[in-house]
Amino acid sequence: MTPPTAQTQRPIEAVTGNQAVAYAMKQINPDVVAAYPITPQTDVVQNFAEYVADGVVKANFVTVESEHSAMSACIGSASSGARTMTATSSAGFALMWEMVYIAASMRAPIVMTTVNRALSGPINIHCDHSDTMGGRDAGWVQIYNEDAQEAYDATIMGFPIAEHPDVRLPLMNMYDGFIISGAIGPLQSLTDEEVQQFVGQAPGYPSLLDFDNHVTFGPFDGLHGWYFEHKVNQQRAMDNALAVIQDVYDRFAALSGRRYQHLMQYRMEDADIAIVVIGSAAGNARSVADKLRAEGVKAGVIKVRTFRPFPAAQYAKALAGVKAVGIMDRADSFGAAGGPLYMDVTSALYQQGVYTKAANFIYGLGGRDIFPHNIEEAFRVLQKAAEGGDLPKSRVYLNMKGA
Amino acid sequence: MSPSQKKWDVSKIQEWPPEKHEAGAVIPEAGNAVNYQTGGWRGERPVRDADKCTQCLFCYFYCPDTSVIVEDKKVVGFDLEHCKGCGICAAECPADAIVMCTETDFEQNGGNE
Repeated sequence: MTPPTAQTQRPIEAVTGNQAVAYAMKQINPDVVAAYPITPQTDVVQNFAEYVADGVVKANFVTVESEHSAMSACIGSASSGARTMTATSSAGFALMWEMVYIAASMRAPIVMTTVNRALSGPINIHCDHSDTMGGRDAGWVQIYNEDAQEAYDATIMGFPIAEHPDVRLPLMNMYDGFIISGAIGPLQSLTDEEVQQFVGQAPGYPSLLDFDNHVTFGPFDGLHGWYFEHKVNQQRAMDNALAVIQDVYDRFAALSGRRYQHLMQYRMEDADIAIVVIGSAAGNARSVADKLRAEGVKAGVIKVRTFRPFPAAQYAKALAGVKAVGIMDRADSFGAAGGPLYMDVTSALYQQGVYTKAANFIYGLGGRDIFPHNIEEAFRVLQKAAEGGDLPKSRVYLNMKGA
Repeated sequence: MSPSQKKWDVSKIQEWPPEKHEAGAVIPEAGNAVNYQTGGWRGERPVRDADKCTQCLFCYFYCPDTSVIVEDKKVVGFDLEHCKGCGICAAECPADAIVMCTETDFEQNGGNE
C-alpha cells in the first residue's frame, strides 16, 4: 500500500458521470457553452444550465435550435478567441457531422463531451460507441473514459491539450451512456483554484474580434489551392498530440495522484492472452483476467484511453509478446474487416511488424449487457489460439440472442 | 493602437511546404475576397449601349458581385475580373441598354463591343 497523500485524502462524493463533467465545466469556467438543450442531449448541459442560472459561472450559455447550430456557434465562438465547450450524445453528434469536420479543419480548440449512445435504428438510446466511432476520422482528439472520475479528469485536461500550440485541435471526451453517464459513482474533485491553475490562460490565437490584427477564417480554397497541405498539417498536429497528451496526463498526475497513459495496461507484463477494450467494460475485463490468473492462465487487459491520435507503436509494443489478442468493439463498421478498434489495433500491429493472432469480438450494441462470463468466453477463444489453434477470422458476437 | 495591416507576402506560395501555411487556413489579413478573381467563370459578358442608358443605376443595385463600376453617380463600365456573367443587369435594365454577348462572339468580333 502506498501511504496516504493529500490526493487520497480528498473527500469522495457520489455523483453521476454527467454531474462530474458538468462540475468540471463549472470549475473550468469557459467563456461560451453552446449546446442543444433537448434530448438526445444529456443532463451535462442541464446541470451546467443550473450553474448559469445560479450565477456561479461567467459563460455565455447559448441554447441553439439543433446540434448542427451548436457546433456552428462553437466554431464561431472559438474563432473569436473564446474558450468554448459543448456536450452532445448519439443522434445529436450525428446531426453535428458537417460542422465537426469544420471545427477540426479550422483548428478550433473546442472541448466537447460526447456521451456514447447508439445510433438508430431500430430506435435505441442506450450505450454503445457507434456515435463517436463514426467521428474518428473527423480530426478531433478523442479520449475514452471508463468511469465518472476519468471523465471529470479528461474534461479538466481538455484545454491544455486542445489549445497547446503544437496541437490546436478540438477535443472530444467520451464515456458510456447510462452505465456511466446516469449511474452514480465516486468522484474526488479538485478545488476550483487547482483547476484554474491547471487549465491556465488560453493562448492568443488569431481572433475574429482582434481589430488590430485582422484575419479571415474559413476561406474558399478552390481547385488549385492548398486544401491538401492543410490536411497534411492536421495529421502533423495529431502526431504532435501524442507527446502533448502524455505530458498533460503526467502534469495531471502530479496534481491529482491519478496517473494516465494512452493505453492502460493491466497484468500485461507476462500475458499470453489479452483483451483490448474501451470504456466501462474494462472493469469486467480486469476482474475476469484476475479470475483466469488465479487458474494459472496468463491473461491481461489493455484499456483504450487515447483513441485519436492512435498510439500505434505502443499497441505493437504491448502486444508483441502476446500469443493471441481479442479486440472488443462496442460498435461495428459494416462491411469492413472488423469493428473500428479491431481495424486500428491490427493495422498498428502490421505496421510495426508484429504478427500477434487477433480476433474481433463485437459486444454491447444498443446497450446489450456484457457479463463477466461473456468476457471469459472471449478469453477462452484466445486461450485455444494461444495453445496453437486458429482464431475465428470473422466477428465473434458476445451475448447475442439465439447464439 | 493602429491596425497592423502588414501585407501578407504570398509571392512564393506555390513553393511553400505545409508548415508555412497558417493553421486552419487562417489568412492573416481581411477584406481579401477582391483578390479572388471570378471573372474567368464567365461565358457571357454584359455590353452596355451608352446612348440608351438612362443612368438609373438598376444594374448597379442588382449586380450580385458588385461588378458595375460607378463614378460620380454614373455607370462607366463593368469589373470583368469579378463579373461572372449572370445577366441579371441585362434582365433588370428598364432601357434595354445592356445585352449579354458570349465571350466567343466577343473575341471573334475582334474585341469590339
